Amino acid sequence: MTLPNRSKIEAKGVSVFYGDNQAIRDVSLNIDQDRVTAFIGPSGCGKSTFLRTLNRMNDTIAGARVEGEIRLDGDDIYASGMDVVELRARVGMVFQKPNPFPKSIYENVAYGARIHGLARSREALDAVVEQALTRAGLWNEVKDRLKDSGTALSGGQQQRLCIARAIAVDPEVILMDEPCSALDPIATARIEELIHELRGRYAIAIVTHNMQQAARVSQVTAFFHMGQLVEHGDTAQLFTSPREERTKDYITGRYG
Amino acid sequence: MNSAVPADERRRRLRQRHAAERRFRLAGAAAVLISAGFLLFLLATMVSGGLRGFTRTQIALPVDFAAAGLPLDPGQLEGREGAASLAGAGFEGLTDHAAIAAFGPHGARLLSDAAWISVRNAVRRDPSLLARRAVIQVPAASGIDIAFKGRGTPEAEAEVASLARRSAISSHFNAALFSAADSTDAAAVGVWGALKGSLLTMAVTLGLAFPVGVLAALYLEEYAPRNRWTDLIEVSINNLAAVPSIIFGLLGLALFLNTLGLPRSAPLVGGLTLALMTMPVIVIAGRNAIKGVPPSIRDAALAVGASPVQVVFHHVLPLALPGILTGTIIGMARALGETAPLLMIGMRAFVAAPPDRLTDPATALPVQIFLWSDEVNRGFVEKTSAAILVLLFVLLAMNGLAVYLRNRLETRW
Amino acid sequence: MSAPTLLLLILGLALIGWLAARTRAAAFATRPGQRSPALPGHHATFVALCTLAPALLFVALWTTISPALVTDRVLASPAAAQLPPSGFERASILSEARSLSDHGLGAAFHPLAARLAPAYDEAQGHYDALAAGIALLLAFGSGAAAWLRVRPGLRARRHVERGVMALLLAASLIAILTTAGIFLSLVLESWRFFQLVPVGDFLTGTHWSPQVIDPADPGGTLGAVPLFWGTFFIGAVIATAVAVPLGLMSAIYLTQYAAPRTRRWVKPVIEVLAGVPTVVYGYFAALTVAPAVRQLGVAIGIESASSESALAAGLVMGMMIIPFVSSIADDSLAAVPAGMRDGSLAVGATLSETVTRVIVPAALPGVVGGILLAVSRAIGETMIVVMAASGIATLTLNPFAPATTVTKQIVDLLTGEAEFDSAKTLAAFALGLTLFLITLLLNIIALGVVKRYREAYE
Repeated sequence: MTLPNRSKIEAKGVSVFYGDNQAIRDVSLNIDQDRVTAFIGPSGCGKSTFLRTLNRMNDTIAGARVEGEIRLDGDDIYASGMDVVELRARVGMVFQKPNPFPKSIYENVAYGARIHGLARSREALDAVVEQALTRAGLWNEVKDRLKDSGTALSGGQQQRLCIARAIAVDPEVILMDEPCSALDPIATARIEELIHELRGRYAIAIVTHNMQQAARVSQVTAFFHMGQLVEHGDTAQLFTSPREERTKDYITGRYG
Repeated sequence: MNSAVPADERRRRLRQRHAAERRFRLAGAAAVLISAGFLLFLLATMVSGGLRGFTRTQIALPVDFAAAGLPLDPGQLEGREGAASLAGAGFEGLTDHAAIAAFGPHGARLLSDAAWISVRNAVRRDPSLLARRAVIQVPAASGIDIAFKGRGTPEAEAEVASLARRSAISSHFNAALFSAADSTDAAAVGVWGALKGSLLTMAVTLGLAFPVGVLAALYLEEYAPRNRWTDLIEVSINNLAAVPSIIFGLLGLALFLNTLGLPRSAPLVGGLTLALMTMPVIVIAGRNAIKGVPPSIRDAALAVGASPVQVVFHHVLPLALPGILTGTIIGMARALGETAPLLMIGMRAFVAAPPDRLTDPATALPVQIFLWSDEVNRGFVEKTSAAILVLLFVLLAMNGLAVYLRNRLETRW
Repeated sequence: MSAPTLLLLILGLALIGWLAARTRAAAFATRPGQRSPALPGHHATFVALCTLAPALLFVALWTTISPALVTDRVLASPAAAQLPPSGFERASILSEARSLSDHGLGAAFHPLAARLAPAYDEAQGHYDALAAGIALLLAFGSGAAAWLRVRPGLRARRHVERGVMALLLAASLIAILTTAGIFLSLVLESWRFFQLVPVGDFLTGTHWSPQVIDPADPGGTLGAVPLFWGTFFIGAVIATAVAVPLGLMSAIYLTQYAAPRTRRWVKPVIEVLAGVPTVVYGYFAALTVAPAVRQLGVAIGIESASSESALAAGLVMGMMIIPFVSSIADDSLAAVPAGMRDGSLAVGATLSETVTRVIVPAALPGVVGGILLAVSRAIGETMIVVMAASGIATLTLNPFAPATTVTKQIVDLLTGEAEFDSAKTLAAFALGLTLFLITLLLNIIALGVVKRYREAYE
């Protein structure tokens, strides 16, 4: 199976600093259309930091500074004319801990569509909400209680609600920062299944510290260590015959 | 055991140490009891003195309207002209005569200065009285009122006894307390004028301090860059919250009255002054409430493309609002009990009519308490305590509301 | 045109702008599903803000400069030629004429004021009409210009949000302005006072009787040392002697000994003491405590015991500040790591030994900070001393003797009938400045101590 290698996001020579600390050194990496890219590596290796540079969530951290170039469909996302708000609508994000708004399930999903003016009528908004919940595999579980609070759902359902919330804005890329680390194995399996289904529609980048998960869900894997991108490539190939010694040590469990 | 200290010596020491422990514990309990006892004693003093202020002694005054022949037409007591003719009809003289006729030469002194108003109001309610004799309930003079409640002078006690023999004296709920304003006659005063002044003042304070306080709290907590200016703002706010209230009064006097030329004694100026005092309290409470909103909510909103302003106004502010409201109510309760700054801007005038506008001369409930406490007439003592009870009740209600809001609406994360 | 009418008209224009912009933006709305940089609502708000902001700023500016313009125009009128050339009388006639014109009061104290009132009416009307015209033109012009800019590419949301940010910043600047206002007004009036009375006389003089001020030597009866002493004696000595033992021991009992249930009930009860209005304490002090203290004084043989003694005011003030001491001491004691307490108990110390030798010393900075805050509150407290302390300034160590304080004197000086510029009223501001600086210093030290202490255990 060979997919055309269309790059959605191209990162070139990216470095991230927190004050005087350099968290990421000179990382160049592409996120491809129609594929899942997994970032793996020991804790503190910079994989989450790199993920957050892709939709400029690092802007919210005081003293964070990004060097290098990140292009979304060829446009530099750190250019001065780039509207961060529009960028984040195109590059959605799902967080480590499910973080639904303390509002109804419906309002959680409708919020993004509302602020971006994606639906012009109540019916259109209903349709957006239903479609997003359906794609997130949650519709059948919640369709009768859309008015209930999003925080009343189970952890796995909350995380799928957060995915639905991201989908409702109709993004082109979805970033996932260890989306299953707070979930039990059954809920994790549901999310992984969902990632498979979403792959055809969105470019997906997922941070995980679980190598089995990376192997299960991704087509491309990037291994980070000490703020550097050590190696990246086809997932099957990286796990079976890594080129670098450090990658091999990590996936065989020497450290991490 | 090769201790150098003999066993009985050790046992003695241990007993002493346990005794010291018991004494210490007792001292702690005593401190708590004394502190709480202060509060109870204070409240008990106010309640025992103030409850009497809620009742009023009334005297049944027989008035022979037909014989007096007032220049009034029973059919025309309505409207503006009716009021004018009632005002000029000479009810004061009529009331005095009736009192002298009924209770002897000192009769008029038994009645409150405002007794004739009760007579007039009775006629206004029922014009048919003008054609006959009727018994009207009128407020007793302050001295009689005190004597009837059991702590008057011997002469007043004697008058009360003679009135009681004729069954002409009785005690009623003092409705005037909640409808009248200040007066020179202790028997006729009410807190309504002062309460209304306080309400108008608080409206101005809330209208200014709440929006400004909330917006400032949002700016400082969510957007302010860390630099010297922000530090200066923070230091200013923390210090303003601890500046003595009388200093705000001096500021109000110098700025609002002398520089801007706003009217003295007005709820507008009182409200402005108290707003400057309350704003830092709201900012500090607001910042704590905003800090309590977890960052993950902000991340979630940012990640679907909400702008920083949308994040704050759609998510952070609604979630922090219960906490902000709690802080606001507590700040407002403090402003409502505040006296000193209002004295500085002249809200201590004798105001006999409740204010209708923000620029009318007015007084406030705590200032009214202060003014009455200065009165020589003994009738004001119970009125002062009654006014204090009204003030404490309002404050208790406000704090109760704050606690309710905190328990009911605040989200625990 | 009256101010409310003008404001309503401006608001009306803004509403029209809002509706017009919304309609215009809705017409070019993007096809469903496509994101645009701004929604119709953003365009509408943008136009409404552009309509409001310049006009309201103009009105605000105008209200500060218009009184001067009006006065100039009145002075140019023929009736003003008869005004005395300068001085107090001229100012008082002008201000009376102004209030006649503002409030429509019938009778005039000064006949000239009555003749000037129509001139005020005319000038006020002239400038009001002018201002209303300019404000409406500004609102319409800038609103229309904004409306013309409404097109698909306009980043209306960003413009609106910049406006919101400016508003937020302005709100937080009010705090600085208030502080500056307090400082400036106190310093300016004090400056005028110190031109009449030498600073040295005021700060070191021991004789205070503002009722009799000798114009040749005003400083002779305006020496504030007895006030400073009275303030210190009542607020920092007597009140603290009541509040510190009671507050600290209550905090120790409630944190170390009391059952959680007791603590949950008793702590708020003690804190209610801080919520009782000070005028109630004042009344309580004057009516109940002061006579009792006097009787006590007489009973122990002090015939001169005053019914306005320092002791009565100080006792009640001490009651009031118990919660300030106890709640900060409570926090500080609770913040001492449990390990310290356990360590002491584990070597066989009793709880009281642990408290006095380990926990309280560890919590001491926090406790001291709380005491300083309580003292600062006590010396700035006004109503208790106004109602229960004496007006006579004395330098005495006898708690049964009358004593007065800075705050009591500020109230006495400013609630008399003196004109505003006399040494008497200006002295109140000099006292206010001293009080402000001392409480500021106490607060800064206290907050610094408490903060450093908190950081030590975090």
